[in-house]
Amino acid sequence: MADGSPPPARGRGAPPPPEPAMAAFLDALLLGAGYNAALVAIGAALLGLAAGVAGTFLHLRRRALVSDAVAHATLPGVALAWLAMVMLGGDGRSLPGLLAGAALSAALGLLALDWITRRTRLGEDAAIGAVLSVAFGLGIVLLTVIQNVQAGRPAGLETFLLGSTAGMLRADATVIALGGLAAILGLLLLRRPLTMVAFDPAHAEALGIGTRRADLALMGLALAVMVIGLRVAGLVLVVALLIVPAVTARLWAASAAAMAATAAGLGATAGWIGAAISAAAPALPTGPIIVLVLAGLFLLSLLLAPERGLLAALWRRRRLRHRIHRRQGLLALAHGEPILEPLTLALLRREGLIRPDGVATEAGRALAARTLRDERRWQVARAIHAAEAAVAGFDGLRPIGEVLTADEIAEIDRRLGPPAEAPR
Amino acid sequence: MSAAEFLRFDLVPMLAALLAAIACALPGNFLLLRRQALVGDAIAHVALPGIVAAFLLTGSVGTWPMMLGAGAAALLAALLIEAVRRLGRVEPGAAMGLVFVTLFAAGVLLLEQSDTSGVHLDVEHALFGNLESLVWLDAAGWASLADPGALAGLPPALPRLAAVAALLAALLLVFRRPLAIATFDEGFARAVGLPTVALGLGLVMAAAVAAVAAFDAVGSILVIAMFVCPPAAARLMTDRLGAQILWSLGFAAVSALGGVILAGRGPLWLGAENAVSAAGMVATLSGLLLALACLAGPRRARAGAPAGHS
Repeated sequence: MADGSPPPARGRGAPPPPEPAMAAFLDALLLGAGYNAALVAIGAALLGLAAGVAGTFLHLRRRALVSDAVAHATLPGVALAWLAMVMLGGDGRSLPGLLAGAALSAALGLLALDWITRRTRLGEDAAIGAVLSVAFGLGIVLLTVIQNVQAGRPAGLETFLLGSTAGMLRADATVIALGGLAAILGLLLLRRPLTMVAFDPAHAEALGIGTRRADLALMGLALAVMVIGLRVAGLVLVVALLIVPAVTARLWAASAAAMAATAAGLGATAGWIGAAISAAAPALPTGPIIVLVLAGLFLLSLLLAPERGLLAALWRRRRLRHRIHRRQGLLALAHGEPILEPLTLALLRREGLIRPDGVATEAGRALAARTLRDERRWQVARAIHAAEAAVAGFDGLRPIGEVLTADEIAEIDRRLGPPAEAPR
Repeated sequence: MSAAEFLRFDLVPMLAALLAAIACALPGNFLLLRRQALVGDAIAHVALPGIVAAFLLTGSVGTWPMMLGAGAAALLAALLIEAVRRLGRVEPGAAMGLVFVTLFAAGVLLLEQSDTSGVHLDVEHALFGNLESLVWLDAAGWASLADPGALAGLPPALPRLAAVAALLAALLLVFRRPLAIATFDEGFARAVGLPTVALGLGLVMAAAVAAVAAFDAVGSILVIAMFVCPPAAARLMTDRLGAQILWSLGFAAVSALGGVILAGRGPLWLGAENAVSAAGMVATLSGLLLALACLAGPRRARAGAPAGHS
């Protein structure tokens, strides 16, 4: 030390401080970071759940990008609500008030989009782009008006652009959690008409479910989800919560119900983890964090999904290749031809059908003879039953017993004659 | 308001907005006719991570790194969209949405993480643009317009925008017939041997170049307004391509010039003190013109049901 005295001793037995960000993240993940943070995590999870379900229906109706325009259209409403609340003497930061303003302007944006698409010769893509950018531009003008009114003190409205859950008030987190629950309830109540309209609009019309009303109801619910998610993910990126879980769920699920459930789970997971990470890194905006978690889940699903995933596809291809090599190897054994392909040799050796020196074992000879007979039967079958699709579509691998009946096979055998000795 | 004040604070933002609007409206016309208006949306969203990555790699915010970065990002986005569509069996709109939202989020986080305090790259400007900061302090009066010394003090964004606008105008003049044929009747274009794929790709790249140049002035999301609104309004005014392009340039000019003046002077006329966002005002004005065209444009009527609606 500068004055010559020895430095103060460290506390005996004090453990080294843990890496702060990781510890904070795990704390928040396991709901151990305090009541507020736990509420925020739950609210974000509920929001993700609602967004996953709404997003599934939007995806089935192909209206995902309309939500982008609606999300951007919330900005003028938020700003106007702030101005109105402040002019009436209240606190400009009351979340329910701001969200009400957001919902109103988003609804107007949606109606304008609908009107442009129906009444003018502009396409939906132009309508989306126009509403998105103009509403956003108007919102920015209003934001700068607010900045001027505030004379330099930030209104905190910038958090609505990219989201920020760090340090969210308990009341705000409660509003979000309750809003998420309400949206989930609405989706549950409307799930039958929405599913029907998504899959067969004509049939739904015939049943009396108006497609236009169902579409509006769906967009209304999506709007509600987006408005609730404004503070969490921000208006620029909240649309990701509607798009990505649904697209990811498509890789796992085959039915609409399974897709909605999977999307709900994915959205909830991303919301939860995103809020936890955000609690550990309060300076970063929450929206991009949640989006990257969702993207990570999508990538994982792309690789790992059982039927539509990449690894599954690679596995299927490998299996097919092995089956083909095996059959061709057995046929070569039956014809007495030498096998040169190393993969074929390895496969046959592994099954005990040939000895290490390439000579067939008893089991191998028997199987080879059976395979040869199967191949010859197929040849005759394709001549006799050429018109049948099941026979004409022979893929070179299926045993004939799986396709033809016993007496059809007996007829084929009669034409073939007695089985020949397999050559040694 | 003196001439010097006008030249210092108003002229450059007005010109920058005007050139940005023109540069975007030109390819925007064709994007609109090809129903690819959302390509502008995608380009605007992915320009941000491209520019941030270029900045992080090269340490400069010069023209070439930015252009290359945004171009590389656009290519990457196109590849990713194609990959997501094929591997995930996702429909095009959702694939686009997924990719550009992810890239934009990555760009924002990169921006927040990196130390960009020494340069003008920050999230707000990336989103809103910074027309107001395009000042020309070297101007002393009308004579400065002819003074090379004073002209050297112009913000670099302005000559860049001028060059891009001129380039796009030249390209469109040269390629307007093949582009028009490929846009209106793609089958016929292919039958007569026009390289439709190359034309489509070239159009998207031209839009990307315009977006990057305009990005600096008006920010990424307002670039979409410049791509869509003036051409859309023009589309409702006429049936002929040449007239549509001219109308769109007119609307772009009114939105840009009017927007900057209203944002800078409007509050003063209303008794307030500070200006409001110029870029936002430009977008709002272009929306207003579009609304008027939707309500009163001579060719606004639709024949038949909208595409995609039962």
